[in-house]
Amino acid sequence: MLRFAAKRLLLALAVAFAVSVIAFLLLRVSGDLAGTLAGEEASPEEIERIRALYGLNRPLVAQYGEWLLRSLSGDLGRSLFYPESVAALILDRLPNTTILASCGLVIALLLSIPLGMVAALRRNTWIDRTALGLAVLGQAMPSFWFALLLIFFFGLTLGWLPVSGTESLANFVLPAVALGWFSTPVLMRLTRAGMVEVLAADYIRTAHAKGLPVHVVLVKHALRNAVAPVVALASVQFGNMLSGSVVIETVFALQGIGYLAWEAISRKDFPVVQGILLVVALFYVLLTLVSDLLNAWLDPRIRGG
Amino acid sequence: MKPAPTASTSAEATSPEAVPVASSSRRRSRWLSNPGLVVSALVLVTIALLAAFAPWIVPHDPYAQALDARMLPPAFVDPERADPAHLLGTDNLGRDYLSRLIYGARISLLIGFFTMLVSGTIGTALGIAAGYFGGRTDSVVSFLITTRLSLPVVMVALAVVAVLGGSLEVVVLVLGLLLWDRFAVVMRSATMQVRGREYVTAARAIGCSVPRILWSEVLPNVVSGLVVIASYEMAQAILLEAALSFLGLGVQPPLPSWGLMVSEAKELMLFEPWMIMLPGAAICILVLAINLLGDGIRDATAPEGRA
Amino acid sequence: MSGTADLLLDVRGLEVDIPVAGGTLHAVRGISLAARRGETLCIVGESGCGKSLTSLALMGLLPPSAKRRAERLSFAGEDLLSASPRRLRALRGDRMAMVFQDPMTCLNPSLTIGDQLTETFLRHGKGNTRAARDRAVTLLERVGIAAAANRLGQYPHQLSGGLRQRVVIAMALMCGPDLVLADEPTTALDATIQLGILQLLAELQREMHMALVLVTHDLGIVARIADRVAVMYAGQVVEEGTVGDVFGAPRHPYTRGLMDCIPQPGRTVPGTRLGTIPGMVPSLVGELRGCSFRGRCPYAMPACAEPIALREGPDGHSWRCVLPAEALARAA
Repeated sequence: MLRFAAKRLLLALAVAFAVSVIAFLLLRVSGDLAGTLAGEEASPEEIERIRALYGLNRPLVAQYGEWLLRSLSGDLGRSLFYPESVAALILDRLPNTTILASCGLVIALLLSIPLGMVAALRRNTWIDRTALGLAVLGQAMPSFWFALLLIFFFGLTLGWLPVSGTESLANFVLPAVALGWFSTPVLMRLTRAGMVEVLAADYIRTAHAKGLPVHVVLVKHALRNAVAPVVALASVQFGNMLSGSVVIETVFALQGIGYLAWEAISRKDFPVVQGILLVVALFYVLLTLVSDLLNAWLDPRIRGG
Repeated sequence: MKPAPTASTSAEATSPEAVPVASSSRRRSRWLSNPGLVVSALVLVTIALLAAFAPWIVPHDPYAQALDARMLPPAFVDPERADPAHLLGTDNLGRDYLSRLIYGARISLLIGFFTMLVSGTIGTALGIAAGYFGGRTDSVVSFLITTRLSLPVVMVALAVVAVLGGSLEVVVLVLGLLLWDRFAVVMRSATMQVRGREYVTAARAIGCSVPRILWSEVLPNVVSGLVVIASYEMAQAILLEAALSFLGLGVQPPLPSWGLMVSEAKELMLFEPWMIMLPGAAICILVLAINLLGDGIRDATAPEGRA
Repeated sequence: MSGTADLLLDVRGLEVDIPVAGGTLHAVRGISLAARRGETLCIVGESGCGKSLTSLALMGLLPPSAKRRAERLSFAGEDLLSASPRRLRALRGDRMAMVFQDPMTCLNPSLTIGDQLTETFLRHGKGNTRAARDRAVTLLERVGIAAAANRLGQYPHQLSGGLRQRVVIAMALMCGPDLVLADEPTTALDATIQLGILQLLAELQREMHMALVLVTHDLGIVARIADRVAVMYAGQVVEEGTVGDVFGAPRHPYTRGLMDCIPQPGRTVPGTRLGTIPGMVPSLVGELRGCSFRGRCPYAMPACAEPIALREGPDGHSWRCVLPAEALARAA
């Protein structure tokens, strides 16, 4: 386990490094940053002045080194629009996105695991086909459109739930459903596949032979084995939700990381964009690391070895 | 001490190995007997034909504004206000919605197809290289895949489009550079399986060059998996383009991207909900058709996918 | 032999049908069996003859697609055919337990040995956690596992195949069952440890005064530990009786053929070839009439194509064959 963990950690560090390089380069090579910052009517002298001001005339490697060192010490630079530092902005918005993604994940798991289980238990019946059909349909719906439909029906027409803001948990319900909906199909399919495989296993027959009640067989003996890959995928999905929060938070005007990213991108507030990219990517790296370790720990064959 | 097992059981006689290889006619009937495959193919062909012949089909110029005919609903929504000349109504600038939807299909299909081409080329090349050469190449490709997966697609795409400006080409390029990971993962494992087969060993033994082996021995045998991923990634690209355009950082107005149409209609959602329903449903139908086609091809080729 | 009071398992006319592509597979066709307390019944036959399905059918553990029918299926006087699922679960694991074929796959990989052993005990309300643990340790020691207390915290993958099968046996015995069904408990194991496991089962059967139904194709072990033998062929019991009667004076040509396949001290001439049974087991899909062995039987005659009546001799020896009772004895 230790050996596995060490290897996995090393990979995570390497990926984190690569991600930081990409986050840095993405906004440096994809255009003339100084020109963009100075605005379209700026004179060449003005652009040069801005270039010097932001240190954009120095070699890329030096710029990257400096940026990385500063970022590692928690200084992600300053926003071009807000008075706060990038780090402060991100920290300020992070709780909302974390609540949103957590609720989204909980909703996705609450939908996908029971549905996947029932589909597996009633394989090739109408229940199974309905669940699979919903999964296919769910994967085909654009997330922003689904979010708008939720707003239209539950917010505007029925008036059950607020459609924007972050005042109470009720404000998070619709965005979380919209976000969770898109992780549900893939998690459901995986649960179903896992359950189908596990239910055919000899140890399930053993459990029945012991006279255990059906729910004990299903939950303790079957689900535990079927759900390990689902757990691993769920944490990856959590990372995807952070990324997908751009769309959902924008639709619901929910003041989180995603909304901040969209604002910053629209206003070409590049230090903020870069900071968010770095934080979200590193968070994803961390999540995949945790998920791999968790998965290994759930599987005693890896844990012991 | 066992009784001599001279007899084979009746259960073994019906084992899958005994199933004869499907003849071409049987294969054809299997393709046709899959309703999902047939329906999705028909839907897709219809949309593609509409898109291809859009200039000759559309009832109106999709860009022609008519300020005296704004937000006319389709007949099935409100027959009182509807104008029979605009079958699906008009948008907030009085442009014919049906014409815009048909032109929107062009954008979705173009972006979906070319993105899939770009990402498919990158992913397949990386995946086959990793699977065929293994060792260090494999480690490097695996590392690239892991790194790519760590990047938040929507954010990166938005940022790049913001810098380079929104256009069809930029969107295709950015999405193409971001969506190759699944191709690489699947092609890598498929190539690994094929690499060990006798015909590849034989080709190597008679001195075929590596590119020749990859092109004429490996690629044809992993291609059925490729088609399935390609359909899936095309659907992904269409959804992402719609999202980017919806957020105002993809295809720019006045182009009638379906995502953009939803975005333009969202302020009017409470009064004219059909205006977000139609383009959203269009995306949904197109993506559904592509996904079902991919699933259908997978199911139809799976038992024969001995490659 | 014991009287009817000790009759634990009483089966009449058990049938198992499995729907397959070309129709219905009649895997088990009208089997009658009886198992008494303190007695070992061995079910023998080639693979595919339906003996494993029979044991699953007795436990009510057939896959959902398989259909079970019987004229009578009772356990300790209780009708299992009409028993509720809840009642069946109460019996399973408590009074009737099962030892499965493959110890590598029949233990749950993600639960500890201790958890899997004690859960039977706890579920059937035999005592508290401590009592369950003590019982588990005692049984593990009894089945020959050293450092039993330490094993409780281990996972199946940390144990060898032989040890795992001992765990599976201990697991079956946790509640002190009246009947243990063992379905080829050693086929998945190395030949060197097979005998030890079977001897252990036989010992435990005597010690705990249980009924043991052992499904096997190992005639050597049958001769050593069985009280009664049921020989199965193509889904039917073709001959049944005490081990002495069946092996000493087989009445069915198939039993005779099985006997000739194994070397017997004092009978088999060294250097000669062992017998084989030529031909194939008939397909069990669709209706079958007459003796299913007639296609391979050296004594086959026109009467074999007609339905074969069950014939009975002393000591409950019964067989399905039209040959005169002494025909095979003379042939030997």
